Amino acid sequence: MTANSEIGAVFEAGEPAFIPYLVAGDPEYEASLEYIEALERGGADIIELGLPFSEPIAEGPTIQNAIVRSLEGGMTPDRFFSFVEELDVEIPLVCMTYYNLIYQYGSESGPRPFVERAAEAGIAGLVVPDLPAEEADPLRDACDEYGLDLVFIVAPTTRGDRLETIMEQVSGYVYVQARLGTTGAREDVSDQTDESLARLREWDVPKAVGFGIKTGEHAERIVSAGADGIIVGSALVDIVAEGAESGESTEAVADRLEAKARELKEGALRGVPTAESSD
Amino acid sequence: MTTDDTNGQFGGYGGQYVPEALMPAIEELRDAYERYVLENEDGFMNELRAHLADFGGRPTPLQRADQLSERYDTEVYLKREDLLHGGAHKLNNALGQVLLAKYMGKERIIAETGAGQHGTATAMAAAHLDMPCEIFMGETDIERQRPNVFRMELNGATVTPVTTGRGTLKEAISETMRDWATNVEDTHYVIGSIVGPDPFPEMVRDFQSVIGDEAHEQILAKTGDAPDSIVACAGGGSNTMGAFHEFRDKEDVDLIAVEAGGSSLEVDEEAGVAPNSATLSTGEEGVLHGARTKLLQDEDGQIMESHSVSAGLDYSGVGPELAYLVDEGRVDAVNVDDEVALESFHRVSRLEGVIPALETAHAFGYLEENPDAVGDVTIVNVSGRGDKDLETVVEETKAHDLDVETASTVLQEAGE
Repeated sequence: MTANSEIGAVFEAGEPAFIPYLVAGDPEYEASLEYIEALERGGADIIELGLPFSEPIAEGPTIQNAIVRSLEGGMTPDRFFSFVEELDVEIPLVCMTYYNLIYQYGSESGPRPFVERAAEAGIAGLVVPDLPAEEADPLRDACDEYGLDLVFIVAPTTRGDRLETIMEQVSGYVYVQARLGTTGAREDVSDQTDESLARLREWDVPKAVGFGIKTGEHAERIVSAGADGIIVGSALVDIVAEGAESGESTEAVADRLEAKARELKEGALRGVPTAESSD
Repeated sequence: MTTDDTNGQFGGYGGQYVPEALMPAIEELRDAYERYVLENEDGFMNELRAHLADFGGRPTPLQRADQLSERYDTEVYLKREDLLHGGAHKLNNALGQVLLAKYMGKERIIAETGAGQHGTATAMAAAHLDMPCEIFMGETDIERQRPNVFRMELNGATVTPVTTGRGTLKEAISETMRDWATNVEDTHYVIGSIVGPDPFPEMVRDFQSVIGDEAHEQILAKTGDAPDSIVACAGGGSNTMGAFHEFRDKEDVDLIAVEAGGSSLEVDEEAGVAPNSATLSTGEEGVLHGARTKLLQDEDGQIMESHSVSAGLDYSGVGPELAYLVDEGRVDAVNVDDEVALESFHRVSRLEGVIPALETAHAFGYLEENPDAVGDVTIVNVSGRGDKDLETVVEETKAHDLDVETASTVLQEAGE
């Protein structure tokens, strides 16, 4: 499933994937388009694009605030799809949102209309933090019908049978949650990351680690621990928030995002085990 | 304990829609619920019943309301959950869950609260059972329910203000879920109503079903028969299902859930606000806080801010089982507005010497407006006492310019 998808092709290329996240429309629509494009220039391989939901129970304060800014700017699922269509990027886009927005979209009840529209707009995959694998059959079916990958999160608490259930549903990549809690940049890398990656070693789906990654050093450390990719959200959203608060120009914020993206991508590349180090 | 083998599903409502980090804890909780609550392993239920009797003060009385009976020309009985320790039905569930957390080896209790009744009950139960406790409460609710905040703190709980959104119950639940996702390994989240992911809706209902069990026995003793109707207010729905569950299969007993009609049933789509909390009457199916249920939401699926003069009813969702029973036609969902509830608060206090919670005043409001709809014998579940609401009632009575006989006295006393 993975190898045939747009997302699968990124991982097939062999480099560690750098997957940044921003909330679409944060702090407002036009600037947000520029920010996403800056991430691609900085070396993003896939972008997770947040479609804001009013009750983001898996998010920490940084992303909660970004969601509020975007919603106050009038972001809706329909505007989100227009946003995606307007974006000038070549890399795959993954939509990250909560299940109620997917469930409500369109006139027909259930996830199918949302997935159909997402596919039409060019979305390559979905991550839905409040949809565990047990509840995912209808969305899985719709994603299969329209060729989208469905990414699932594995938490530090996920063990045993639950891993099996997730393995049956996941495609594209598995989002390895580096630590318990909500999203948010941290000063260190959790040891839980190594344990989580060890539990998934046998899976043939790419493993991308997220939650708390902030610097190039973090990225290096996580790739060297065996991750196939890194996911970075809050550290980038912080840059958008600072720009919005200080009245910085869109161009200046975009430049900072591009530089941060480059730092993270280069960090990830440094983490690739060399022939010498793997001896 | 009673249960249906629903496996967390109520006709398509229910389920488990939570972040992956919480799923193992929810599975662990379902296992503990089945073992200790349903099968009474290690004598859990015996211990809980003893706590409910000795610490909680169960059974609560079923009182004939003489003046209301005369006014409505029907037999009105009050199930006096306001006389439970802490002043509300909430202790039934809080004691059950805190004790269960102890049996599970958890070391910390967290809870959310709207009106403060659930937070108070949880803080009391945690103090009684010697567990550290943190309560999340929206800053708006902290402002309008100060006596309960003080009570929680007196019982040793930390009250953490939630500043996101409008600072009410919806935001407090989201914040408590975030804490739980961070500290899930040693912490139990005591959800305060029949909402949230499976097994909470079933488990909380079972802990609250003692209300209907007792009421049934008591009404049989007093009248020799089941009542014609049971009236209970409905926010999330725990006192509602607690009172209804015993009577679910008795089709000749009408079950009437009274929601908060707020200031209007009309929705302000532009502002994303429903000026009511009438989820059963006006909500649409969706997914929030771990379950598929009826919600106040806009056409995109964004959750609307709700409103009620009563903080305890001010919630955009409702328990999935209640949503199902309304769809099935087993429960009638009705609503009364803020003014009717306020008037009832004064009336019942004056006529019966019982100061009901503003939540419960909605149930009495329905009785006032529809005395012919409840049959010859009705039980009103007095979900809690109104002491916590006095400040709100004073302000709102003035704001609504209500012509209430006792209002001037209340206002005068408050000004002293």
